[in-house]
Amino acid sequence: MISSLVGIIASSGGVAGGDYESIATVNVSSAVSSITFSSIPSTYQHLQVRFISKLSAGDDVIMRFNGDTANNYWNHILYGNGSSAISSVPFGGAYSGVALYYTGSTASIAGGVIDVLDYTSTNKNKTVRFLGGYDDNGSGNIDLASGSWSATPAAINSIVIKPVSANFSQYSSFALYGIKG
Amino acid sequence: MPSTYEPIATQTLGSAASSVTFSSITGTYTDLVLIVTPQSSSGTASVDIQLNGDTGTNYSLTFLYGDGSSAASGLASNNAVANGGTAVSTASTFLINTVQIMNYSNTTTYKSLLTRANNTAGNVLTSVSMWRNTAAVTSILLKLSTGANFTTGSTFTLYGIKAA
Repeated sequence: MISSLVGIIASSGGVAGGDYESIATVNVSSAVSSITFSSIPSTYQHLQVRFISKLSAGDDVIMRFNGDTANNYWNHILYGNGSSAISSVPFGGAYSGVALYYTGSTASIAGGVIDVLDYTSTNKNKTVRFLGGYDDNGSGNIDLASGSWSATPAAINSIVIKPVSANFSQYSSFALYGIKG
Repeated sequence: MPSTYEPIATQTLGSAASSVTFSSITGTYTDLVLIVTPQSSSGTASVDIQLNGDTGTNYSLTFLYGDGSSAASGLASNNAVANGGTAVSTASTFLINTVQIMNYSNTTTYKSLLTRANNTAGNVLTSVSMWRNTAAVTSILLKLSTGANFTTGSTFTLYGIKAA
């Protein structure tokens, strides 16, 4: 039985792929209550946000579009907390943001991938799907979430991601990508 | 805008192997995505992951799964491996597992791994694993939890995603 070993020279092993592009990155160097991607170009079919995050306290994290802070968002989530699998409607129904994930404590380093589908459509409510979570060696949360933005359909040109009450701490990092159709 | 989702390396096994290692991973990218389509030589097994050759109990994970009749969640602390999905020995069945290794090249935070496993005959599973080490990830070892081999035809592909 052999152990298979693959050596990698990343600098020469890549193949340029033009369908998935980096748009912007926000690295948090000191505590902030939210991060914003603004002036998002409309040249893609879908958006993806990939992140790691730390919070100043255990909290839920939400996402908003185009500065809309009204209760125009709907959420469903399936999550596991290490002892139970739970399906819920976060915040009880219409809320002022898409519910993404929960982080347990200041020590938690959450990671996640957020997909925002058909974000330039002007005749569809926008849908979001999310996979992410954290593990603290004895406690944790893994989340599968979906949400929608049901305001009058508009192309998304800005995204805010924020804890409900806490701050994002240093070393949090959010990267926005565009996926072509 | 720069293109940024790139294949780094692929291996399709030409013969059975007890483990597969991606080594000398540079810090060129922000995240890594590992697509694993394995088959087990014997029975059902978890795909285990160890980073940078660390065989200590420096991993932990929380998982969620559904088997068609119920959903459940569990965790493992002070574990010797992270979770990389599932493999079965059913003929011609190579399951699809996706592992996201987030911010793998930073040297300030522990590393998170997000896994989606799809056992078409058994369950669907997702997990978050944590490696309690702040080092940049430079190598990834995959093996089966039962000690079985990956069979011929098992495929492992590593991609890099680079943020602006």
